Amino acid sequence: MKDVREALMVGRNSEGKLVRRPLSPHLQVYKPQISSATSIFHRITGVALGAGTVLFTLWLVSAAAGDDAFSVVQAIFASWIGLLVLFGFTFALFYHFCNGIRHLAWDAGKGFELPDMHRSGRLGIAAAIVLTVAFWAIALLVG
Amino acid sequence: MSKDNNPSIHIMRSQLGRVRGLGAAKTGAAHWWAERITSVALLPLSLYFVVSVIVLRGADHAAMASYMGEPWNTVLFLALIATLFSHLSMGLQVVIEDYVREDTKRIFTLLVVKGGIAILALASAISVLKLAFS
Repeated sequence: MKDVREALMVGRNSEGKLVRRPLSPHLQVYKPQISSATSIFHRITGVALGAGTVLFTLWLVSAAAGDDAFSVVQAIFASWIGLLVLFGFTFALFYHFCNGIRHLAWDAGKGFELPDMHRSGRLGIAAAIVLTVAFWAIALLVG
Repeated sequence: MSKDNNPSIHIMRSQLGRVRGLGAAKTGAAHWWAERITSVALLPLSLYFVVSVIVLRGADHAAMASYMGEPWNTVLFLALIATLFSHLSMGLQVVIEDYVREDTKRIFTLLVVKGGIAILALASAISVLKLAFS
């Protein structure tokens, strides 16, 4: 083996012979749990938000360019596909926000007990949904 | 990963080096800390952004310019842009390093993604400044 990361995959058996360590079963065979689901969804929403920053930049650049460019961009945002993308973007933002707070709590060494973790996981998802709905209710219905 | 049944180690790396878990870069904690610090900063800044978006819905160029022209908004938007894009850069770096294994491909992907993020950040910041001083 040439790759340094593979060194950890090799051990010695009781006869001192180098053997390849057994690999744990791969991702697909595990039952999805709230802990693994919230974790991978944090990463997915992070990448999605990264793609969404292109829209953020487009919004600012077109606004700075003047009314012609800005009205075109705003018309795209206001179209049904634009609204759908923005809706997804806001949900990703609020999810990453809420679940990010869980990660910061873990970094501080808090909330590791399984019941706490499951509760905060459900709470994070619920809060993200509530915030997304509240955002769109205010954006579309208020004044 | 090759599936040889008689593995052997040909790595020029000491046991001490393996135990310390440090590669040639001898670092890693700074990246971790910077990711946390930007995430803490983004808690208030992203809420400020969400409120701004609601305030600015349907705004025209003039309304955007007068909003960004308020010193508080200029500062907070620039802070948001700096924090957001550096957090994104660090986060995507980790994702790329996790999934893109081959060195050439990984370095190329990192350069393209990080370069693109830097350009987006500059374009956003300059647009805010242009609006603020228009």
